[in-house]
Formats: sequence, structure tokens, C-alpha cells
Amino acid sequence: MNTEYNFAYLDEQTKRMIRRALLKGVAIPGYQVPFASREMPMPYGWGTGGVQVSAACLVPDDTLKVIDQGADDTTNAVSIRKFFEKTAGVEVTEETAEATVIQTRHRIPERDLTENQILVYQVPIPEPLRFLEPRETETRKMHALEEYGLMHVKLYEDIARHGHIATSYAYPVKIEGRYVMDPSPIPKFDNPKMEMAALQLFGAGREQRIYAVPPYTKVVSLDFEDHPFERGGAQQACGLCDAQDAYLDEVIMDDAGTRMFVCSDTDFCRERREAGHIGEMGMPITEDAA
Amino acid sequence: MYVAVKGGEKAIDNAHAWLGEMRRGDLDVAELSIAQIRNQLGLAVDRVMAEGSLYDPDLAALAIKQSRGDLIEAIFLVRAYRTTLPRFGAGQPIKTGDMACMRRISATFKDAPGGQVLGPTFDYTHRLLDFKLAAEGVTDEAEKAEAIMNEAKPHITSFLNQEGLIQSEPSCDEAPSDLTREPLELPASRALRLQALTRGDEGFVLGMGYSTQRGYGRNHAFVGELRIGDVAVELDIPELGFAVEIADIEVSECETVNQFAGSKTEPPQFTRGYGLVFGQSERKAISMALVDRALRWKELGEDNPGTPAQDEEFVLYHCDNIQATGFVEHIKLPHYVDFQAELELVRTLRKEATEANALREAAE
Amino acid sequence: MQSQSLIGGFSDAPKDSAIAFRVALDVMARPGKIAKISGGTPPEPMSTSAGTLLLTLCDPETPVWLAPSLRGAQIKEWLRFHTGAPLVDSRSEAMFAVGRWSELLPVTDFAIGTPEYPDRSATLIVEVEALENAGAILHGPGIKDTSELALPEVKAFRNNATLFPLGLDFYFTSGSRIAALPRTTKLEG
Repeated sequence: MNTEYNFAYLDEQTKRMIRRALLKGVAIPGYQVPFASREMPMPYGWGTGGVQVSAACLVPDDTLKVIDQGADDTTNAVSIRKFFEKTAGVEVTEETAEATVIQTRHRIPERDLTENQILVYQVPIPEPLRFLEPRETETRKMHALEEYGLMHVKLYEDIARHGHIATSYAYPVKIEGRYVMDPSPIPKFDNPKMEMAALQLFGAGREQRIYAVPPYTKVVSLDFEDHPFERGGAQQACGLCDAQDAYLDEVIMDDAGTRMFVCSDTDFCRERREAGHIGEMGMPITEDAA
Repeated sequence: MYVAVKGGEKAIDNAHAWLGEMRRGDLDVAELSIAQIRNQLGLAVDRVMAEGSLYDPDLAALAIKQSRGDLIEAIFLVRAYRTTLPRFGAGQPIKTGDMACMRRISATFKDAPGGQVLGPTFDYTHRLLDFKLAAEGVTDEAEKAEAIMNEAKPHITSFLNQEGLIQSEPSCDEAPSDLTREPLELPASRALRLQALTRGDEGFVLGMGYSTQRGYGRNHAFVGELRIGDVAVELDIPELGFAVEIADIEVSECETVNQFAGSKTEPPQFTRGYGLVFGQSERKAISMALVDRALRWKELGEDNPGTPAQDEEFVLYHCDNIQATGFVEHIKLPHYVDFQAELELVRTLRKEATEANALREAAE
Repeated sequence: MQSQSLIGGFSDAPKDSAIAFRVALDVMARPGKIAKISGGTPPEPMSTSAGTLLLTLCDPETPVWLAPSLRGAQIKEWLRFHTGAPLVDSRSEAMFAVGRWSELLPVTDFAIGTPEYPDRSATLIVEVEALENAGAILHGPGIKDTSELALPEVKAFRNNATLFPLGLDFYFTSGSRIAALPRTTKLEG
């Protein structure tokens, strides 16, 4: 562990400020708590909010997992994991089941999370109404008045034009019947998983907002009676592990445009292959294949 | 057989090593020292200090070296370092009226007490590439009128004040809120706006200032005064009960004198825009003053037809180049999960559209 | 300043406060859950858990209101020395308030936030004799089906919940044990 910096990098005053915001976030699920986000040694837009939330939550005994697009080995996930190894000296893992804190960008792990876990989301634009109304002063009023008509109009326009709601990720949700919340750019496939046993924390560094969804909180994806929310999902099985109901990435295999579909959650896929599940294009896992 | 790409960690390490090699460049060329950067690229150092919000020329020079001359990257390095520093106290407001000016000009008066001091300016250089510099380097000895520089130079606007021709700013002993320690809340006070502008991106503030001159929130500005020089920084020491001088810093200050037609409660008089920047950067100081003045439309009861420079939320949320560069550049990070979701959606929509067309054609 | 005020802080602040915060976060996210929290040793009669919570969350930016039973010079000095938090007399200015339930009444004096900023509300730290999972039946965010917690009364908490998204959030502290009740929790029975 690098001792030039404080435990988990941030100074104590900053951590206290973030911790107070986190507690209010938990007490007011889905409400975006303003916080004085700090410059971090990685760029805004690359997970500074998630990193600050994780830094404020980590304890020396934690085991941290970091994923980006569901994968542990994407470059930004690697970079953030290294940062906490260096500054907090915590254990790291790629195994979802082993982790006590999971920082994520754009995915919820396939495996059900437990009461002993915290899921920290990196959020680019925390305001679900932002693309309908660019002014913070206006959207804040809308949340205060619970005035979400604009969002319903937008979704309804989608239906009128396309026959269904044309939002495929960052699909807005309503938390505990009160605040409309941006679930971060996860595919809507993941939305139903947000009612979970683990605590979910959201950090938006550049936009200076923190919010939270406590365990077992009601999370409803916005829809209409005659056009209920559909999570969509796998048209096929994972080519490597044969998972039938996982979120898949499409990989272009050759110049002829041959496609292959594989789990975006790399740890889930590994675990299944280790358990003997083999997809159409996979092969039994061996020692050196990892 | 597809094997997921592994080895992100190794790739990152290699990329960093390569970056280090590129930074150093040809080993046959002498390496730049921090002192060289500090002394010979002083205006780059000044910009990094101003937008990095940290007055330390050596650290700024180091950041410029480390960033291969990418000044926004250098500013980022300084900002990230700055946030880790403990806070020992709050300084007294600097007294720019007591500045030891190396440059001081006014566009509104031909002459004034303290005089016009050109100082080291590019203004009247002919922008011709100087090939002598490429060959050997040139050292010119300048004749400096130290006596004039050290002479006290009252603010030009104080002369207008005497006649009540310019709006006087209310004095205030309240500590302004700190942009770096509290989340930005709108509407913002003028103090907060000025904080955002002084560390705002020079190019952004310049463009905003320029737009006011071209009619997007025009406020008829004259440079009442522009001064550059050293001022003392005094720090309150609670144990001593008084302030002590801890350093001299160089700043650029600009006060614009702007027309004001008057309102129901106030007679016509001049108003001001204000710019203050670390180091020598009169371009930034002047631009800042223009934008500051434009943002004051509400308090002065002026019209806002919706121009960008008068839009506090627009200016304050977009002037920070560290926020902007991070978010703009983050779209190069993998987004294949969201893209996959979009891909599925577009395929579905296309399929449905094709089917609907086919049905319509069959019916016709 | 009495020397007793100088001791009783965290021995390793970054780590001790991290561990204490995780407990505070966990119980706030799971209303009714009782957990152990320690690290700080405040002067009597403040409990270890209340003292540790204050050390974890308070600093010069958080006005604290102390109930009369905790307003002894030693506690005040201890709090000032270790946190720098300003002590306020006005209940409406407090971000944190500590005391026995009877001293905190009427809780309607404390800030409940504004419609635009419901987070600008006070957190009340209620010192209780004992904590047990029996009594009021709780449900709401953070609770799987229901949980149970002994509360000093029901009505005030029920009223508080009706203010949502405004309202107060509560910690209950006893010895080195802690539980929480955010404004979202609904009470039965």
C-alpha cells in the first residue's frame, strides 16, 4: 500500500462530506444529493463519482471487484482496481461472490447480490430529466413538485412513433413511488435486478451528485398500462457457456461479419464454464485458458 | 474459437512506458529542466497555475513537462494534486491597489496618476517569425523604469468613483463560499461566478467574452484598467490575532467600464466587469471581465434575450476544462453494453418498419 | 482545556472512521438492524456509539446540538477538540442533535429539509437505555418483509414518515450498539 496518500486516497474531511451525503441518499432513496466532488487523479467521466463513493465506503477488510461493461479486464476497470489496491491496500477479486464492494460501470452482475455486498455505480449524467430539460434549476423544481409529466410525454411519443418505448439503456425508474431516477447507463435488461438484497450507491463526480437505493426498495421501470415495460434480452445462448438468460455482447469474428454472442459478465461466464457448461463455440476450460 | 481479450493490465503498463519514451523524445536532444520551462515558457506556466487553481510555478512547470506540453493535461495534474493538500487557513483579500505593477494601462484615459506602463507585452510586436531565435537565441537587455513601476498606482476606476459616475461595489466582510469545497448551487453569487471564471478554460472564457462584443449580450466595455504585477498574500494567524505576509504572487487584473442606461431606481452611470487571474494573462483577465459583466444582467435589471454569455447556468457548467475534457473524451471508453442494447433496438425497429411497409403494400 | 478531552478520539482516524461509517451506513440502509460500533471514547454520560458516530460524521461544517444532559464541559471540549464542530443552541440550525428522547422533544423543532433540498435535514442521535428487536413493526426501504425495533414512542416517528421526502433521520445509540430509522420507514402497531 502506498503511504504517501491517506487511506483510500481522499482526505478525512472529504470522506466525511461524502459519507454524510451517502447517509442522506440512503434516507431519501432516488433523490440526488449534491456533494462537493473533488478532482480525482483520473478524468471526470471515467468513474470519479464511483471512485469517491467507493473510497468513502471501503474498510481495510473489504474485497473489491471492479467491472466495466460487465468485465473485470476492461482497461478502465483494471485502472480503478489498481488505484484502490495501491491507495487502500484492499484485497481485490474478479469473483462476484467473493466481493464485498463492487464498483460497476454499465452493468449489474448476473449473479444475485447478497446483503453483505455494496454495489457502487459510476454515473455520467445523474439527472433522468436532463435530456428533456437541460437546466438544473428547472429539473430540481420538477423533482420537488414530483412533476414527471415531461418524461411520460417523451416515452409516449416513442410509442406513437415506433410502437414501443425506444429507450434501451439508462431506462428511467421510479424509486419507492417518489423519485424518478437514472439507473446509470445499464441496459434495461438489468433494471428488474435493481430490487435486490445489496445496497446500491450511485456517484456522479463531474455532476456532483450522490444517490442511493437501499436493499429491497421498490424500483419500477416507467411504463404505461397498455405498454408495459419489457426488459428484452437474449435472443440466443452464450457461445461460450451456453447461458440462456444472460446479457450478451455481440462480437464480430471475421471479415465476413460472422457474429458470436458471449456473456458480458465475464465472471458469470467463467463460473459457468468451470461448472462444465459449454456453449456452441466454447471449449472446456483449461488451466492456461484464463 | 473466440478468446476474450485479456491482459488489460499489461497493455496499460506498456502504454505508460511508451508514453514516457515519447515524452523524452530523441535522447540526443538535451532534456528540458523544470527551471527552463519555468523561465522560458512562463506564460504556459501561468496558465497552468491559473486554471489549476494552485500558485506554484515549479509544480506547474513539472506538470507541463510531464504532460508533454498538453496544457489541459498539465492543469489536470495540478488540480488532482491540489485536492490532496491540507488547508491551513484563509488568506486576506489581496490588495491589488498596492500592486508593484510591471504593466498598467488604461484605455479610458490618456494619462492618469501612476502613468501608463507598457511592460513586457506582445501588443506592438510584428508577428514575424524570428529566425534568429531558432539559431542561437537572443538576449535583449531591457531598460526598466523601476521608479515608475514601484510608484503607487491607484485604480483608474477610483477616479470615476469620485464623481459617482461608476457604480460602487458594496463592501462585504462575509467569507465567500468556496467552489472547490461546496457543490455549485444556482443562482450563484458573483463571488462564486468569479471563482468559476478565473479557473475556467481560457478558450471558453475568451469565446464567451468575444460573443458579448458581437452582440450576444453586448455591454459596451472599455478597458478601464489592466494591470499586471506582484501583490502580497497575507494569511490570518488566529493564534497571533493578526495577518502575516507569506508570499508575493503575480496576478493580472482587468476592470472594464461599461455603459449602463440606468434603471427605475438608479440614474445612468458606468458599471464594471472584473477579471483577476494568476500570472500574466491579460487575454483571460479581459475576457473574464466581459463575461462577469454580462452575467450581472439580473442585478442591474437588464434584458436577457437568451444569450449564452448571460446564461449563468450555461457558463458555469461548461467553463471548466477538466470537467469538459474528461466527459468529452470518456466516450472513447468501451460502451459496447449500451451499444448492444441500441443495436437490438434499431434492428427491432427496422424489422417492424419493413413488415409494416410490406403489409401496406400488400393492402394497396 | 482538561486533559481528558484530549483523549478518546480515534487511534487511527482513517481506518477507525471507515469501519465506523460502514456500520452507520449499514444500519441506515437496513432500518431496525442492530450493530456494534466503536472506536471513540467520549466522556460520560455519552455512549460509545453516539461518540463514535459524532467522530465519524462531524467537523467544522456540521453544527451540533447537544441535549442538556450532555452539555457538560468535558463533552463539549471533547467534541470541539476532536471534530471542530460548532455547538449551537438553536435546534433549527443543527445538522446533528444528540440526547435522550425526552430532551429531543419536540422533534419538530429540527430542520426537515426543503422540497428542493430534502437532504438539508437534521440527523437525530437518540441515546436509549437498551436496543432490542422487539416492539414497533417496521417496513419500507431496506427491510425485506418487516423488522422490529423498540422505539421510545410511535407517533412522532409515524408523523415524521408522512413528511417524506422531507423529514428527520434517526440513530438510536446504547453502549456500543447502534440502530437507525430513516424517514422512509413506516410503522405498524
